[in-house]
Amino acid sequence: MATGERPLSPHLQVYRWQITMLLSITHRITGVGLSVGALVLTYWLAAAAYGPGAFERAQSFLNSWFGILLLLGWTFAIFFHLCNGIRHLFWDAGSGFEMSQVRASGWAVIIASVGLTVLVWAIGFGMMGGA
Amino acid sequence: MGMQSDLARVRHLGSAKEGTHHWWAQRLTAIALVPLSLWFIWQAISLGGLDWVAYKAWISHPANTLLMVMFVVAVFHHMQLGLQVVVEDYVHGEGAKITLLVLNKLLAVLLGGSCILSILKVAFGG
Ligand code: HEM
Repeated sequence: MATGERPLSPHLQVYRWQITMLLSITHRITGVGLSVGALVLTYWLAAAAYGPGAFERAQSFLNSWFGILLLLGWTFAIFFHLCNGIRHLFWDAGSGFEMSQVRASGWAVIIASVGLTVLVWAIGFGMMGGA
Repeated sequence: MGMQSDLARVRHLGSAKEGTHHWWAQRLTAIALVPLSLWFIWQAISLGGLDWVAYKAWISHPANTLLMVMFVVAVFHHMQLGLQVVVEDYVHGEGAKITLLVLNKLLAVLLGGSCILSILKVAFGG
């Protein structure tokens, strides 16, 4: 197939950035990121099945600075993907297609996912520090 | 008047030969994941600093065993469907595409299965 000679549509970089395209690609990036998270979940559950020693190592890995970074990224990814996923489901049901609604729901997703991430970590640290 | 041939209309399956099944399964698992992942996050906050004995007590509770298994099934099914779309979008060589799609399915079943086994082993183990 001679794909080289076909006319190309303008490349992505000629477009001005808009919230709609930012959220669209972030949904995909968080989907792939959460798939990496599923590997970490597999490791954590397997470590628990292996025994107390392995589980302790898994817990202290997740409590290291790198583990905390992963968990922080995972928390934001799941909240973003979840909120934006609900936005997708509303579209699938046929509502929210006006451009003004699409932008408003997009901002709502950003605010909600950042807010929920901060909230969960505040509760988490509160429980550890307060305990 | 439709744009489809008679055969396509009879089969109702479209060019991917599987109709709306993939799309529908992706939405169903997404809906299931809304409550399940909120539940998991809520549980994970309190499990953060726990040791194995506390984990065993938690996972042995029947409601937690069941919900964890359901969460894992939904995550791996949804993930497999989602990654399939990503592969289909970006990988154009037929050989590489088929290889990755098969790998995606096998790994999802293997890893999802091992998660379930890990959950049940601690939940029912002595
Ligand atoms: C840890 C769990 C999850 C993983 C690993 C995951 C993974 C993925 C992946 C890889 C995709 C494909 C992305 C794309 O085609 O661009 C996807 C799509 C999608 N996800 Fe998730 N996801 C998870 C949780 C959720 C949750 C909680 C929701 C809640 C609503 C959700 C809703 C969706 C929807 C609606 C799509 C389709 C979007 C579209 O039409 O392009 N996902 N997910």
